[in-house]
Formats: sequence, C-alpha cells, structure tokens
Amino acid sequence: MSLTADTVKKIAHLARLGIDTRDIDDYTQDLSGILDLMTQMNALDTDAVTPMAHPMDQVQRLRADTVTESDQRRVFQAIAPQVEAGLYLVPKVIE
Amino acid sequence: MNAAWETVIGLEIHAQLATKSKIFSGAATAYGAAPNTQACSVDLGLPGVLPVLNREAVRMAVKFGLAIDAAIGPYSVFARKNYFYPDLPKGYQISQFELPIVGPGHVDIEVDGVKKRIGVTRAHLEEDAGKSLHEDFHGLTGIDLNRAGTPLLEIVSEPDMRSADEAVAYMRKVHELVRYLEICDGNMQEGSFRCDANVSVRPRGQAEFGTRAEIKNINSFKFVEKAINYEIERQIEVIESGGKVVQETRLYDSMKDETRSMRGKEEANDYRYFPDPDLLPVVIEEAFKEEVKAMLPELPDAKKQRFKTHYGQDDETAATLTASRQLADYYEALVKASGGEAKLACNWVTGDLLGALNKAGLDISRSPVDYERLGGLLKRIADNTLSGKIAKRVFEALWQSPDTADAIIEREGLKQITDSGAIEAIIDKIIADNAGQVEQYRSGKDKVFGFFVGQVMKATQGQASPGEVNKLLKAKLKG
Amino acid sequence: MHNCTIAELASSLRTGEFSSVELTQAYLKRIEQHQALNSLITVTADQALMQAQAADDMRAAGQAGLLTGIPVIHKDIFCTKGVKTSCGSKMLDNFIAPYNATVIEKFHAAGAVTLGKSNMDEFAMGSSNETSYYGPVQNPWHTAAVPGGSSGGSAAAVAARLCAAATGTDTGGSIRQPAALCGITGLKPTYGRVSRYGMIAYASSLDQGGPMTRSAEDAAIMLQTMAGFDDKDSTSVEQPVPDYLAELNKPLDGLKIGLPEEFFGTGLNSDIAQALDAAIDQFQKLGAQVKSVSMPHLQYAIPAYYVIAPAECSANLSRFDGVRFGYRCENPADLTDLYTRSRGEAFGKEVKRRILIGTYALSAGYYDAYYLKAQKVRRLITEDFKAALTEVDVLMGPVSPSTAFGQGEKTGDPIQMYLSDIYTIAVNLAGLPALSIPAGFVDGKPVGLQIIGDYFAEGRLLSSAHQYQQVTDWHLQTPEGFD
Repeated sequence: MSLTADTVKKIAHLARLGIDTRDIDDYTQDLSGILDLMTQMNALDTDAVTPMAHPMDQVQRLRADTVTESDQRRVFQAIAPQVEAGLYLVPKVIE
Repeated sequence: MNAAWETVIGLEIHAQLATKSKIFSGAATAYGAAPNTQACSVDLGLPGVLPVLNREAVRMAVKFGLAIDAAIGPYSVFARKNYFYPDLPKGYQISQFELPIVGPGHVDIEVDGVKKRIGVTRAHLEEDAGKSLHEDFHGLTGIDLNRAGTPLLEIVSEPDMRSADEAVAYMRKVHELVRYLEICDGNMQEGSFRCDANVSVRPRGQAEFGTRAEIKNINSFKFVEKAINYEIERQIEVIESGGKVVQETRLYDSMKDETRSMRGKEEANDYRYFPDPDLLPVVIEEAFKEEVKAMLPELPDAKKQRFKTHYGQDDETAATLTASRQLADYYEALVKASGGEAKLACNWVTGDLLGALNKAGLDISRSPVDYERLGGLLKRIADNTLSGKIAKRVFEALWQSPDTADAIIEREGLKQITDSGAIEAIIDKIIADNAGQVEQYRSGKDKVFGFFVGQVMKATQGQASPGEVNKLLKAKLKG
Repeated sequence: MHNCTIAELASSLRTGEFSSVELTQAYLKRIEQHQALNSLITVTADQALMQAQAADDMRAAGQAGLLTGIPVIHKDIFCTKGVKTSCGSKMLDNFIAPYNATVIEKFHAAGAVTLGKSNMDEFAMGSSNETSYYGPVQNPWHTAAVPGGSSGGSAAAVAARLCAAATGTDTGGSIRQPAALCGITGLKPTYGRVSRYGMIAYASSLDQGGPMTRSAEDAAIMLQTMAGFDDKDSTSVEQPVPDYLAELNKPLDGLKIGLPEEFFGTGLNSDIAQALDAAIDQFQKLGAQVKSVSMPHLQYAIPAYYVIAPAECSANLSRFDGVRFGYRCENPADLTDLYTRSRGEAFGKEVKRRILIGTYALSAGYYDAYYLKAQKVRRLITEDFKAALTEVDVLMGPVSPSTAFGQGEKTGDPIQMYLSDIYTIAVNLAGLPALSIPAGFVDGKPVGLQIIGDYFAEGRLLSSAHQYQQVTDWHLQTPEGFD
C-alpha cells in the first residue's frame, strides 16, 4: 500500500496538523511502510468475527442526574491562551 | 406552489433534554449563566478528564422512543464525530452513529383535515456544542462553552414530508410530544428545540430524490415554513434555469427571508465516526423500559380523543385544550374544582382565560388565576349567584388579587339579586317615574321594553337576575 | 537508605530510624546529583518536603500506612494540581493542571511524597523515551543506551535509586519494556483496574496505569493504593481490590506456566532466550509446571495495535487546539491557521505520524479495511489468550526482543521501533495484566521476564514474581555509579 504526498497533505489538513513541506516525503514513506505492515491482517479471514471495541464485555454505568460541579472559570481561564469577558477568543469564525 | 415539482422534506430535530446536569458531566445545564461559568473540566475537554453518562438523559430518550412506538436499544453505542470547530472543545462530538438508542418509530400529523404518518428513522443522544459570539472582540470571536455538553436528542425523520405545511405540522407535533413527556422545555428562543431541514425537489412522478440542501439551525415554526418555501422556490429556479442544485449546508437568514450557503462549512466533511473508547455500550434492560413505560403520561392524541368522547367536545376545542399537557391538566382540574361543570369550564378556559393569558403573554403554567379560584367562580355562575356579566368582573378581580371568588363577591357586594320582592319594588318605582314610556309600551311599542330592562339593571348596578327582571317586567307592564 | 525497598523504608520510618523529611531530602539530593540522566521533567522539591513533614505528622498521630512518607515519582502523564503536567510535549509545556488524576489523589490520601514528574515519550508514544520534548533519558545501566519507553523516566529513576518507586502507564508495553530495559519490576494491571481519570489519554481502550518498583512486593504495595473503582471513569471496573500483600506468600507449587511458542521464535535474541530459560527453570525448581501453548494470532498484534492506538489517539489529541489551554502559535491568520500551526509547531514527529495514521485509518473508505479489521483481529487475539489461560495459570515469555539499544539506533526507522513492542502489545489488546521482572543480564544490560495472567489475577502475578525474587537477586542489582 503506497500513499501519495497529496494524500498525506489531505490527511494532515483533516487532522489540522501543520507539516513542514520538507518533511512530506518522509511522512509519505513512513506512512506507506506502516500501512504495509497493516495489510498483514488481510491474511486473516475475519468475516464471522465480531469487532471488539473494549477489552472487556462490560456495559456503560449511568450517573445520577445531579449537579456536582461549581464555577471554576477563573481557575480554568488562568491557563488559557487568550480570554476576554469570560470568553475564549479565537480568530474570527465565518459562518 | 409549482405543480410540475414535488418537494421532499426530512427534518432533524434537536431537542435539549431537560436534565439538571450535562450528559457527560456534573455541570449545570441552566440557561443564561455568565459565559463559561457552567463549563467544567469535562465540558472544556481539558486533558485527562473522562465522560460518564447521565441516567436521566437515557431515561428521557427511552421515554421518547416509547411515545413514538419505536424500537428501543437494547444495545446502543456512543461514537466520536470528529471535526475541528472552536465551539467543539474536544475536536469531536460524542454522538451516536451506527447503533442509536431509539430505532424506527412514527409520528402522525394532520394538515387540512388530511392525516399522514411521518416515519422517524431514529433518535439518538449526543452532546450539544458551545456558542460562538460574533460581537467584535478586536476582530476575534468569543467562545462560550456553557452549552457544551447539554444533552440533545436528535430526532431524524424519514423524507416523508411533501410541503412546508407538513414539515411545520410534524415539528409542532414533536414539540408538543416532548413537552408532554416533560423531556424538553421546548423553548425555541433559547434554542432548546431547533431543527435542520433537508429539502429537495423533483419533477412530479419521478421516483428518485433530487439533490438536497440542508438548512441548519432553524429555531421557530414560522422560520421553518419560510425557509423551506424559500428553498423550494430557489431550487426550482436553479433547475428551471438550467442549473444544478448543489448538496450543501445553508443558513436561513430571517432578516432577509432567504437561505444562503454556509461558506465556513463548505468543505466536504469526513467525520471519521468510531466508537468512543471512553464509554461502554449502553444496554437498556427490559426492566428499565418497563419502569419508564409505567411513568409515561397520557399522550396528546389519546388525550384529545378522550376529551371528545368524555366531555363531548368538538375536534377544535379538544385540540385547543390538549395543545399542552399543562393546559389539559388545568382544564381537568378546573372541571373538578367547579363541581363537574365541564361545558362551563371549557367555555371559560378557551374564552376568557386563554384570551387574558394571550394578552399578557403568559403560559398556562404561569396563569395568575389558578384552577381552584376559577373553579370557585364557575360554581357561583352555576348556582346563579352571578350573572355572566358580573362573572367577568369577578374574573378580572381574580386576575388582579389572590382572593377567592367568594371573597370578592362578598366584598364588592356582587351577588345577583334574585329576591323578586326587591326587584318588584324597583320595577314599581320605575313604572311610576316613566309614565310616558309605559304608555308607549302599552300602545304596542315593544321596543321600549329594552328601556325598562336597562333602567332596572342600572338601578341594581347590574346585579338583578336578568331572567327574573324579564319575567316581572312583562307581568307588571301588562298593567 | 536509597537502596531500600518500600517495604524496608516503611519499616525504618516506623521504627524512627529516619524521618520522611530526611528520606525525602536524601532522594532530592540524589536527583540533583544525577540530573544527567534527565529522568525528571519537573522536580517538586518544596511540595515534597511539605508532604514529607505532613507524613511525619501523620505517623506521629498514629495514622501511617505503608506508603506514608514514601517518596515516589509520577509519570508526567498524570495531572497533578498546581504542577506542570507536560506529557513530554511542547504542547503542554505551559500546562499547570487544575486538578489531580485519581491516581495522584490516592497517593496523596496514602500520605506518599511526590518528588517530581518523570520524563516520558511525547504523549506516551514511543519505545525509547527519545520522542520527549525534554530530551532523551539515559539508561542507568548504560548511559549511551535508551531506558525504553514510554515510561522511560520512571524506569530510569527507579533503577538509579532516585526514588523509592514510580508510576507509569502502559498502552503497548510502556511500563513493562522500560522496566525490562532498566532492570526493575513493572506491572501493567488489568484494563479497568486503575482509574484513567486525569491520566492524559493516548489510546483510551488500551491505556492503563501501574507501578514501577524495585521488587514485586513493592509493586503489590503500590497497586494496593492505585487500584480500585472510580466513578469518574466509565471504564473503571467495579470489583473489590484484594489484599495483594497477603497473597504474596502463596507458594508456586502446582503453578501451571504456559510458554507461547510464538514468543520463542526466531525474532528473539538467543542470549535473552537463554536467560529466560534459566528463569523458567528456576520457577520449575520452585514447584511450577511448564507447558507449551500456541496463540496463532499473536503475529497480528502489531498491525492491529498500530491501527487501533493511532485511531484513538488521532481523536484524543484533537483537544490540543490552542484554544483553551496549552500551546498557541503566534499571530494566527485565521481559524485554520490557528489549529494547523499550533498543532504543527507543538507536536513532535512521532505524535504527528500516529495522528496521521489514525486519521487515515478512520477516514471515509478506509474504516472497514483498517479500523474494523483491527477490531476483529483484536477479538481473535483475545480469544487466543483466553483459550491459553484455561489451560495454564500464567504465561511467560520475553518482554523485549533485545536489551536496551543505543540512543538514536532506531529513531530513523519507525517500523523497527514499533516491532520492538512485539511481545507486549497483544496483552494490551486483550486487556490482561502482565508484569516484567529482572531475570538476568546480557552484556551487562538487564533482561526482563514477562508474566501474563488472567483478568484481575494481579495477585497471582505478584506472588509468582515475589516467590522468584525470594530465591534470586537480579532485582537487587544496582547499576554502577548509582549504589
């Protein structure tokens, strides 16, 4: 399985991951190699196998509907890159 | 509408569930708090924190499923829907994809007397996103994450609707239902109930669907109607002028009454759904379902039917009285409080009460006149203590003060005069004072009778029983 | 005193031979002396001394437990309130955690002392500790070699006696492999045994925190504190925590050991194989029986893991977007620029590689071929383990195909690096508990023996290891220059 540089750029954009153009070829090569490794799985017939998302067959526990959290805005926004009037600021969102 | 074209509409309704805390965290869901004061570490997507599912959200979803006769679970899975947006703190929304909690069901609507069954494909639980505030912060956008993590039930319909009217009827029906079930406050202005409409057109008779556009985030019945009608016209125009409808997300601008393409979301999305490894499969046990079923209220259609047969109401009246569970409950409590005056209660609720509430912009739940006090008034009408006219005065007093009808009647001396002796005395005096008019009446001018009624009423300040006045006047005027 | 185990230190603290403050001071001094190892990202000296004083007070009040006053180091993946929690990344270099991980809370409640936060591969992605933003960690046994990863800082610190014990996390071998390469004892508990709350996620369905210690007995003491149900973690298991210390003395008599054929194939270094044979002989001498078992799907563990873990990580790491915390690029032109540059500038190459792979594996048109396929293979591997564990009590094998390799030796070839996880990752896919114990040396570098058990059989693993450590002294060896 071989990837193209364009595919790598496309995935990088999907993941909003800035990649140095000089590194694109490296990533393309690395990723192709890793995908080759993955194709080993094709040797297995898994048609009748149920996918396994979790190590154990357990079910979700449910929480009581009670408010347990109090306002910690000051604490949380002390570690934020840019805030004003209690809001997180980002470059303009265009809708 | 253009006869050559058929419209196909499907709705995705987002109903915020009326839980106290968020779907995956213990932060409050109350509306209107200062920005980011109700966003805890889980809602903010801080590193290392984990979601735990709110039982009440699950119970509400099951309740809805049972109410639309849908298949429930038994095994449903939360998935991550991946995309980057500043109001989505984790970079993914926890939603459901392949295995939703509520499976296929249906909702029945009626438009212009024609009944129709609208299929509900599925309803799934997910978390709401925060809000982007577009006021200018030096050219930047502010993000408030209070709403992030509020539980949503996304109700996805089949593309079964063929007109904006049907879409509105369906949306109203679901709105009524979620409020009956008390799983959503239905407040559309605050965004508790909103929808996305998928609209396409096709030449009448064609089996395949046309290309659809998705109109996002419509938050009123009126806008749903207008947005869909605008979109239908737009699409027909595009096709008829030789163009092609593009599959895209559009936004309804209520100021301009038009839909426009959302450039920010133009890019084709690849959401990369996969099961959320932080959450385990939700299994709805039969016992849980039965428990919810037992708590299910009487649903709107059943209630309306019962009002018609039990209280003898016509379709329109029954529909008015069952439009909300609170109103129906009020009506039935009023019937009881009035000592069984179903017809009188019906007239008063649909007439004076709803009129006054409407004028004051109030909901029945916030009516200044409760059913106990209104019931007291109806009792006095029924036993003839009050005339209809005086009753309206008492109702106004009930609206203004917390007193009972009896206390108001007593205090203001509004009791109807039914004592024929007292009325007779007044009539005698009026006959004596108005000899000319008596002459006219006796000479055959029947119209003058009204003058005498007026005089008696004036003299008794309207408190004389009209029946009694008529009877006595007629006898006396005969001479 | 730095050469003692927790059990020994607890005894000395009890008898008043020295105080926790004295012990803490001694370790802090060693940390300073051995800065060259680069095993810590943050040293919390002031807090440590306060905690030590509090522990001494607790003891005076008669409320001391086994961990009270014991100085430990936590992997910098556990959120620690008021302390930088970097996860080995530039992305979180400025992140002062506003809350404690449940594991940290538990250590606090036990009265343990936190000396600092250990170095690690960035976001726990790596097998050599060379992907850390804070630079590589040296292996105390051979400073030109890697300590393993991703919990390399913890392993090196325990091996160099810079703390009594440490915590680590294991997603594909990140506790066991560095434990093996540094000659210490490391336990990855059953998935769901230790709370993941506040532990920065790499691959949520695989991550599990555990102890890294000098002996099996110490691991039992640590696990006793770390384990337990947590209602903040949906994947935490509601199962009582047994008394691991009481189980330690369970004799090995009759223990059935399974040796997976697939573990002893051609890929294994023959010197390591020899060391493992000797260790297994020792177990037999102690009364255990050995039997060969087969797990035919083990060979697919690496491809399955390198789909599942990156897929989960690609979503887990989306929250690092420069909006609410962490690194933000300078002067973003627009929203996309903010995301792309913040993430591009603050994530290292290996993290990017895994995000890309995971994004690709989940993307439209590839989900079934990669992610779904991997989940199915995960089931087959798990069934293999379950079948084997009905025949035997524990499975034994190597931890790593080689001893500690040189710094830079594998950094150019990610696949070579991934292959070094071959013996450890299948256990994570199945969610089973496993530990690594020192079982000899090859060319002066430690060799680890892996013992894998059934779900929640940590007690059995610890007692097996403890019995072995009663008659061997590999775990007591100290690297030259660190005694």
